[in-house]
Amino acid sequence: MRKLQSTSDMEKLRKELLRKQDSSKSCISICSGTGCHAYGSEKVVSAFENELKKQKLEGKVEIKRTGCHGFCEKGPIVVIYPEEICYLQVKIEDVKEIVSRTIKAGRIIDRLLYTDLKTGKVVHESEIPFYKNQTRLIFGNNRKIESKSIEDYIALDGYNALGKALSEMTPKKVLDEIKKANLRGRGGGGFPAGRKWESVCNAPGEPKYVIVNCDEGDPGAYMDRSLMEGNPHSVIEGLIIGAYAIGSHKGYIYVRQEYPLAVENTELAIKQAEEYGLLGKNILNSGFDFTIKIHRGAGAFVSGESSALMSAIEGKVGEPRPKYIHTSEKGLWDKPTCLNNVETWANVPFIINKGADWFKTFGTENSKGTKIFSLVGNVNNTGLVEVPMGITLREIIYNIGGGIPNGKKFKAVQNGGPSGGCIPETQLDLPVDFDELNKVGSMMGSGGMIVMDEDTCMVDIARYFVKFLSQESCGKCTPCREGLRHMLRILDNIADGKAAEEDIKRLEELSEFVKEASLCALGQTAPNPVLSTLKYFRDEYDAHLQGECPVKVCKELIQYYIDPEKCKGCGLCLNKCPTGAISGEKKGVHTIDVGKCIKCGACFEVCNFDAVSKISGKERNLKELTYN
Amino acid sequence: MKNISLTIDEKNVKAQEGMTILQVAQSSDIEIPILCHHEDLEPYGACRLCTVEIIKNDKTKLVAACCYPVEEGLIVKTCSERVDKIRKIILELLLPLAPTGTLYALAEKYGLCECVKKSDEESEWRMIKELRFPAEKPTYCTLCGLCVRYCAEIKKGNVIGFIGRGVDRKVSLVPEENCGFCRDCENICEGGKFFSLLEL
Repeated sequence: MRKLQSTSDMEKLRKELLRKQDSSKSCISICSGTGCHAYGSEKVVSAFENELKKQKLEGKVEIKRTGCHGFCEKGPIVVIYPEEICYLQVKIEDVKEIVSRTIKAGRIIDRLLYTDLKTGKVVHESEIPFYKNQTRLIFGNNRKIESKSIEDYIALDGYNALGKALSEMTPKKVLDEIKKANLRGRGGGGFPAGRKWESVCNAPGEPKYVIVNCDEGDPGAYMDRSLMEGNPHSVIEGLIIGAYAIGSHKGYIYVRQEYPLAVENTELAIKQAEEYGLLGKNILNSGFDFTIKIHRGAGAFVSGESSALMSAIEGKVGEPRPKYIHTSEKGLWDKPTCLNNVETWANVPFIINKGADWFKTFGTENSKGTKIFSLVGNVNNTGLVEVPMGITLREIIYNIGGGIPNGKKFKAVQNGGPSGGCIPETQLDLPVDFDELNKVGSMMGSGGMIVMDEDTCMVDIARYFVKFLSQESCGKCTPCREGLRHMLRILDNIADGKAAEEDIKRLEELSEFVKEASLCALGQTAPNPVLSTLKYFRDEYDAHLQGECPVKVCKELIQYYIDPEKCKGCGLCLNKCPTGAISGEKKGVHTIDVGKCIKCGACFEVCNFDAVSKISGKERNLKELTYN
Repeated sequence: MKNISLTIDEKNVKAQEGMTILQVAQSSDIEIPILCHHEDLEPYGACRLCTVEIIKNDKTKLVAACCYPVEEGLIVKTCSERVDKIRKIILELLLPLAPTGTLYALAEKYGLCECVKKSDEESEWRMIKELRFPAEKPTYCTLCGLCVRYCAEIKKGNVIGFIGRGVDRKVSLVPEENCGFCRDCENICEGGKFFSLLEL
């Protein structure tokens, strides 16, 4: 590796790299993101390596371990280039056939292709509806490059924006471009990045720091993780450009320890960038110095809050502090600090390369560009999706997500992580941008999107998120700690059927209190799941007060019941019951002793005749009568 | 230091740049209730009892007076319906945890309890309304952190610390570290926890 001396030197390297790439040569690209990894993609890679050896194709076919492709529902994903043939859910047993039939004979194996319900088999990755309906600016390169290769990134115009900024633009011009693009922070708050950069730039005090926040802690969200793992150089390039604009010479990447692959790939990426002279002293001979250090987070959700994150880097407990003086003036070690989320930084090279005007063609008036969402829950196509701001929730869930599985009905979508709100079906045509989501009591957050079907109990959901937040709160300020403690207590009582109307009033009062009086954004947004479910699903709360869980989820309010008309007396439930609560003669009707039943649901799962059902509320009283 | 003038409860007051709302209020004899604040320690902003309303650029905001630095022309309301409601709930939440004189005296101001004379020498605190947020059992600790911070900032001892997170947060002694048994933590504690901790 040689140190690059100038942008033309980098251009020369890029040309060399492109020349070496033989576009006619077959390349097997295998997703090595976290999802596919968990499905065993690494074993598939080894199987391909062995198979190529066996079939004497070693060296003639390239194997690439890429970053996350996003369609995690169908992993491991294998794409064969140059034809871009996409095979899904590839197993070790499929490898031999892929090599002999597709690589050698150029034939397509139908059973491994994506099946569209309307149009049938889809050969090319980009034609699968999940991908076709997305706009993959930031995330698109993830599947094209090997995550551990800086050369792959450079070949795809990587570090071009850095070269352009350092050689053609003044720091002020870079700053103006970001401001003009109206790039808003992707971490949750949506604060304009350009304005933040500017205040750090103008704040008195040296040195100035820049930080990447990769402490993504929302349950079910993993877009920052996938970017950091799959394409770390895009984030690093954005960070260097930002540092140049602000006048910072020291950056931190805060990665949670639970993301070992992100830590590994980022460490390697920093090392590679240093070797090429893209980090360190006198970058590309511009006179600009910049170094990056990785800080591994110790796994606290609250450390994603900027002031808490900075405390953690300082070696203190990750607890938020009052930000009446902004961290852009007094941040890390009381010095001006610019903290942005992974995705925000990754947007920067695109804006510099293609210009603010190009960037502004995506999105809505006040929310420009795209946003990556982690689409999870009761949705057919689970995965990471990148869409232009302003797209509706319906388009994301149905066109990209493929709708709700098992013929169930949609009930709600929870946006923005644990402190987001639950949005009902009536709001599905809402355009997704920072301001619109706030209006309906939810938020963009970092981009978590949990889809829930009709079998979801909204009281139970509110309880789940409040429980999560009460445990993940730092516990420093009274409203968040004690407020959430008592909110959870009330929600427990509601779910257990032990609450009355006044408890809901108390819950509402506490929610408003926690929202208004808490120290940091964790507490200020924590009541959102409660307030939004109360707003849109009040009838479910009321039903619980009457002793009924309408979707039969809350254990205390349900009972298992064997329908004497349907029971065949096969004895399967009787054998499965762990507490001996079921009795009955062979071929005779079985019954459940409610006193002994622990409501584990084993009988319900095992019955082949749909004879076991869950009952709640009034129904329960009626059925109880028929029992006796 | 720059001189600043601002309005607190419709009274014009003078201050110096860098002062907090609480400091300015105290120097102008305007009372703001506090619990986790101590003038020798860095502002902490945890109990939120000193929450006040400020009006800035025609927008009303709630801030902790102990931390918020004053600005020219700032308008502060130290009590309002909104502020009182917050303080009342804070005390309703904390009093069952630390039913001690300090907390009762604060709660009395918000109409939660009263001091009833039993005889010439004896009086006792009595709740006016039923407690809405009872604690499982009193911990005699509001987690105000005065002991932790006093030990760390003034005594440079770091003998006391917080353990746990969220609802599981507790104050704990680490006696094997250099505790000199100065008992300052006991004196600074308003909840009474340290009495029991040190006696153990």
